[in-house]
Amino acid sequence: MDFPTFLIQLLNSVQYGLLLFMLAAGLTLIFGIMGVVNLAHGSFYMLGAYLAYWLSGMFGSLTLAILGGVAIAVVFGLLLERLLFRYFYQRDHLDQVLLTFGLIYIFEELRSMLWGDDVHGVKIPDLLSASIPLTDTLSYPVYRLFMSGVCIVLALGLYLLISKTRLGMKIRAGAFNRDMAEALGVNIKLIHAVVFALGVGLAAVAGIIAAPTSSVYPNMGSQVLIMCFVVVVIGGIGSVRGALVSALLVGAVDTFGKVLLPQVAGMLVYMVMAAVLLWKPEGLFKQ
Amino acid sequence: MSAIKANMEVLPRGVQVALGLGLLALLAFPLVGTDFYTQMVTRMMIMAIFAMSLDLLQGLAGLVSLGHAAFFGLAGYALAFLMPQNEAASLWWTLPAAVAASGLAALVIGFFVVRTHGIYFIMVTMAFAQMVFYLFFDNKALGGSDGLYINFKPTVALGGFTLLDLDHKVTMYYFTLAIVLLVYWFLRRLLWSPFGRALAGIRVNEHRMRAMGFGTFGYKLCAFTLAGALAGLAGYLSGVQSGYINPELMGFHMSAHAIMMVILGGMGNFAGAIVGAFTFEYVLHVFKDLPQLGSINLGKHWQLWMGSFIVLVVVFAPRGVLGVVQRMTAGRHPRDGSDGKHDSKGRHV
Repeated sequence: MDFPTFLIQLLNSVQYGLLLFMLAAGLTLIFGIMGVVNLAHGSFYMLGAYLAYWLSGMFGSLTLAILGGVAIAVVFGLLLERLLFRYFYQRDHLDQVLLTFGLIYIFEELRSMLWGDDVHGVKIPDLLSASIPLTDTLSYPVYRLFMSGVCIVLALGLYLLISKTRLGMKIRAGAFNRDMAEALGVNIKLIHAVVFALGVGLAAVAGIIAAPTSSVYPNMGSQVLIMCFVVVVIGGIGSVRGALVSALLVGAVDTFGKVLLPQVAGMLVYMVMAAVLLWKPEGLFKQ
Repeated sequence: MSAIKANMEVLPRGVQVALGLGLLALLAFPLVGTDFYTQMVTRMMIMAIFAMSLDLLQGLAGLVSLGHAAFFGLAGYALAFLMPQNEAASLWWTLPAAVAASGLAALVIGFFVVRTHGIYFIMVTMAFAQMVFYLFFDNKALGGSDGLYINFKPTVALGGFTLLDLDHKVTMYYFTLAIVLLVYWFLRRLLWSPFGRALAGIRVNEHRMRAMGFGTFGYKLCAFTLAGALAGLAGYLSGVQSGYINPELMGFHMSAHAIMMVILGGMGNFAGAIVGAFTFEYVLHVFKDLPQLGSINLGKHWQLWMGSFIVLVVVFAPRGVLGVVQRMTAGRHPRDGSDGKHDSKGRHV
């Protein structure tokens, strides 16, 4: 593999890893703080992608689609938390699995009713549609760099929110000991709603910015959900830092696996997961 | 977050009578049902075997697997590969081989997954099952996304004399019913065996079991392997009945359906799994068969109804049909663990 090819694969793997992190961060926060297994998390990614398709078609601008899409997704997340998830924080994991599985069916059918079952494309904005030439034949699209940039900014924002702000302090307190935090006057219900909406928002952003490169299609949530599970298992449940490291690892293994070992590429990520389970059954960064 | 760990293991007299009547109805059904419905009930019975195999993990050992369909599908694929292109192979060796293939896969996957607990177990079983799914889905040599056809029914012969003709729908029906009864009998025996009691102990408090000297890893691995093999038995029958196998049958929707079946009836006593499988398959059939209403084809939107049904059951009847019975008969059956010695979270008080 010569250097330009390697560079392209490296950038791709980082971009894929960061995108997985957007999803896995929300998933792991919701696990860690509310103790909920959310199989429907992939549906929020799908929701984002379809909102990008719908809104960018309506406004003709991806920026407006991102802003509008995130707003809709966050409101949707808050509603869902208030009406349904709130009552399942203390329930058995088994009930949570079934509840969120039922929701997948409902979301898929609503998606089919609203937007149909066809595959749709989303146009890359003109400003970002250029490519940076690396050699005479190879180039790298600016839009993918933009995706990575958005993810890095959001990851930084998430880090600052959780470790440097008062709200982040309350979130950490709630995760550490819910009853104690509540006794000290933290409105834990509000914290839960915020964290849930944050998770939905991050997943929707991932879906929106991924829509122009991956296209928009039915069941797109399920596939990405499994990868997120792998990321969360490797990273350790509840650990955002673990999710970042393992998302980048999974991105690299998947991307380079497809180039170097195409015969077993589909299984490689799972083999890494199996190895981690043997070595550290609780994940790499379990607190 | 703790599970409701006290299952209804002893079935109240009323439930036993109801199950007996159900068995009589199943025995008589082919005499009155058309071919279509005989096949449908055969399919329901196959799903009942699948649900019972999951109940061994979910209800008895407290291990919620979201990847159980992988073992169901693997046995079907094993049958498809073992069946020659131009003649029928014997059931005597294809059945054990297919069940062994599923059991072996469960042993290998189980070796990794039973180290984990709770949420991890759910996610890891799902991930490994997806790995198996993509192995078949992505490989043209293994049938790819279309799956494989099983052109012949296995022969059941003894010394040149054909005992059963599985191509015959009523024969297949009674053959499946016999296996349902056999598996039920076996699992009920297992429930009260020392092995079954150890699994129940692991469900209630694994740390205590370890402290008492039980090697819980071995017990859980054994249960996972056995459950995988029994799921394979169901998958084999499914392959025989339908004549095809595809990756869809090992997907996570299938696994989640099985969890729903076990929940719907009531966990931990295997009778609930049978009731749940019949109910679930029937409800699914009804939803897919809903009529046209004005300009809206209700049956086309079955996912909406099924999703709502699942959500409603989880919200209002999380312990299923037998859970409702249990609530009504609580306090009268000292051995079933619902006699008031446990608080709502199943802890001893």
